Amino acid sequence: MKTANDILPERSQSIRSTGCSGDGSGIKCESESVSGAISQRACVYCGARVVLNPITDAFHIVHGPIGCASYTWDIRGSLSSGEEGYRNSYSTDLREKDVIFGGEKKLAAAIDEVMETHSPKVIFIYATCIVGVIGDDVDAVCRQASEKYNIKVIPVKSSGFSGTKKTGYKMACHAIMDLIEPEEAVEKVDGVNILGDFNLAGEMWIMKSYLRRIGVNVVSHFTGDATVDNLREAPKAKLNLVQCAGSMTYLAKKLEETYDIPFIKVSFFGVTDTSDSLMRIAYATGDKDVIARAKAFTQEESNRVLPLLEKYKKNLGGKKASIYVGGGFKAISLIRQFNEFGMKTVMVGSQTGSKDDYELIGNLVDEDAVILDDANPAELEKFMREKGADILVGGVKERPLAYKLGVAFCDHNHERKHPLAGYEGALNFASEINLSMNSPVWTTIGGAEDV
Amino acid sequence: MLNYTSKEVAERSALRINPAKTCQPVGAMYAALGVYGCMPHSHGSQGCCSYHRTFLTRHFKDPAIAASSSFTEGASVFGGGSNLKTAMRNIFDIYDPKIIAVHTTCLSETIGDDLNAYITDYESKIPEGKYVVHTNTPSYVGSHITGYSNMIAGFIKYLSENTGKKNGKMALIPGFVNPGDMREMKRIAKLMGVDYTMLPDTSGVMDAPMTTHYEMYPKGGTTVEEIQDLGNCEMSLALGEIACDMPADVLEKKCKVPYETLALPIGVEYTDKYIMALNEFSKTEVPYALEEERGQLMDIMLDSNQYSNGKTCAIYGDPDTVLGITQLACEIGMVPKYVITGTPGSLFEKRANAILEKFGIEGSTVKANSDLFEMHQWIKNDPVDVMIGGSYGKAIARAEDIPLVRAGFPILDRYVHSYMPIVGYKGAMRLVELILTAIMDRMDRDCADEDFEVVM
Repeated sequence: MKTANDILPERSQSIRSTGCSGDGSGIKCESESVSGAISQRACVYCGARVVLNPITDAFHIVHGPIGCASYTWDIRGSLSSGEEGYRNSYSTDLREKDVIFGGEKKLAAAIDEVMETHSPKVIFIYATCIVGVIGDDVDAVCRQASEKYNIKVIPVKSSGFSGTKKTGYKMACHAIMDLIEPEEAVEKVDGVNILGDFNLAGEMWIMKSYLRRIGVNVVSHFTGDATVDNLREAPKAKLNLVQCAGSMTYLAKKLEETYDIPFIKVSFFGVTDTSDSLMRIAYATGDKDVIARAKAFTQEESNRVLPLLEKYKKNLGGKKASIYVGGGFKAISLIRQFNEFGMKTVMVGSQTGSKDDYELIGNLVDEDAVILDDANPAELEKFMREKGADILVGGVKERPLAYKLGVAFCDHNHERKHPLAGYEGALNFASEINLSMNSPVWTTIGGAEDV
Repeated sequence: MLNYTSKEVAERSALRINPAKTCQPVGAMYAALGVYGCMPHSHGSQGCCSYHRTFLTRHFKDPAIAASSSFTEGASVFGGGSNLKTAMRNIFDIYDPKIIAVHTTCLSETIGDDLNAYITDYESKIPEGKYVVHTNTPSYVGSHITGYSNMIAGFIKYLSENTGKKNGKMALIPGFVNPGDMREMKRIAKLMGVDYTMLPDTSGVMDAPMTTHYEMYPKGGTTVEEIQDLGNCEMSLALGEIACDMPADVLEKKCKVPYETLALPIGVEYTDKYIMALNEFSKTEVPYALEEERGQLMDIMLDSNQYSNGKTCAIYGDPDTVLGITQLACEIGMVPKYVITGTPGSLFEKRANAILEKFGIEGSTVKANSDLFEMHQWIKNDPVDVMIGGSYGKAIARAEDIPLVRAGFPILDRYVHSYMPIVGYKGAMRLVELILTAIMDRMDRDCADEDFEVVM
């Protein structure tokens, strides 16, 4: 039997496994997956859903057969400070007769049934794979429902096949632009919007608390712990902070075009990136007081946290890390964090990283590190073994793979149970990877070093 | 907190809220993982495959492999034939499975992809000694249980042959259950001296041991040769009427293998029936080991009956599993007040009502094609003592402060469950223990200090 040492020829362009120029320009990314590959990627619908789902008081109706609704039911890990309705699953559960005769009537009836018992401010209608194929005019149904109930009923065109997960992010951004469209001219207020944090394990709350500490007012936040009313305030802000660049840069650009709000990319993963980001935000406000407070705050927090992190270094230093996450920007933050711990990143990949991301990654890691786009489990296994990785940072599908290999694991995706953002997050992250790599269970299992 | 359910039950005809089912393809994928050296293949958009793998991984806490045709706009217009061809070539080239099991999705079904034609066209290019099978799993028909049945039937249709020479074996077709259950069914068959082939068999695949090596094709699973040889079996036993009757019927029609359909062997009576069917086949006397287990179960049921007697419960999940648990609950004197499945089909209601009638229980609500929101509304109007089902019931359990016993699929928030059986006498002991512990923990939590007892 062949071993996983073979790589699909079509895939070789998406992997950089030997030292190259380091400019990353060679890697093939932002393209469709190869048919037949065991991709770890999801689809357009998934991209749209993960971005919009955290809006806590919106109703999300999935128009299509039941699967798409059931697989995305309350799995995001986005926390809410108020409404919990978004954690239910609503769908039209299309059946054979709907596929034959069309699902428009059922969709309209489903909206009616929501409106009979609830009074949502907005309903998102996700049009999944077959909706376009069977000829449903979702736009028309949404328009009629909007008029009938005088609320926004927003279609989200998310046929799985119509691009990659990134296309879905874009569709979600269109829906958000539609949602926040102001009825009158916008009066600016001092303050920023946070884009691209989904409040997993309460991370949005951490970011907001930091900004409060340095005297920066947060106007609205996309989309972690968001409410419809709060999102509608967004055009008033003077600056946008983009945390998850992969999903939200597009929205930031739209907001800049439409409401003249400039944006900066920030990252709250790791001590260095958190401090850097807070300082850049402070400078962007141009407010001397804010700058002084930011200096003091970042200094104070670094002084508090770095000595604590130092304690982990003796356990973590010299270990080899591998990374496989959704977006390229997160991968970059993770490499920097591993550097802070004295760890070396030997393999790094993402599902949807861009050329720019991979270029930066190429500059951050050693010449012999493996960089891959849209990898499959066999590739992950091959390179983790080859490079002798001690830990993998990834999501739900990577966890059992790492454990089967006897490699430690940390979830940096929907299943994280502790916040990993900010100074607290840096400590949690160090603690988690330390626990995973140095868990007593390895002693029981034994032989893990053989890997 | 998570309490968004209103007490007033409003008629719904279009809106599904909090489903108690999912779509066909994930069932097909699970069945295909129960074949050794098999690469399940999802013929549709990439997200389907990714979601199914994630869903199975979350339940089993084990890797679930599968490939995807990765449909693009082009494929959705011109058909997915070329995607499938490329996929088959790539999969055999690089992942080198013994067999590829293709299932369709709502998309490939709706655009009318003809899988028979695609695979026939490709036949000459399938490497020597390798196989491709397929089944149609339109997501808008039935549920994941239907997809599971269809995939099993797909394997049989493509591979099983009646060579005219009987092999003396019994074919065992298990319902949609955990690898731990499949192991228990096999253990009992072995004890009964029955030579069998089980299809599918996810034990050793979805409960594979940790070895420090990643096995794309773990040791478990029915082999292709065994599936071919199913056609020479003396008879087959379908364990779970709703999931398994159809594939057993397909095997009879194709290879003239007669079959008998039983309920999933959960609880005393259904396990007895399973053992009697095995006994009839092998003529082996029931060994003391099994008699002893049954006797122990009787002993447990008697010892503890004061705590289970008269307790009301809501049972939800997959149809065969729910029917089995309903039977067991009645056997220990409980009153199943709400018995639901998300899977459509009137047979479920007929069977569930028959169980309740047999035990003289009146006033219960039984419903197929239901959902957890509806069940929650009933519970709000008239609560129960215990809920039994998968993880998605936990929001209801919390809102109504009802103890939840996790059994069935999916269980996303606990460990070990997929290794432990709920079938057979041993499985019944485990279920009884889970139910009693839930009830008695609650008594301990809620009772007054003076009623708090160390001996119960």
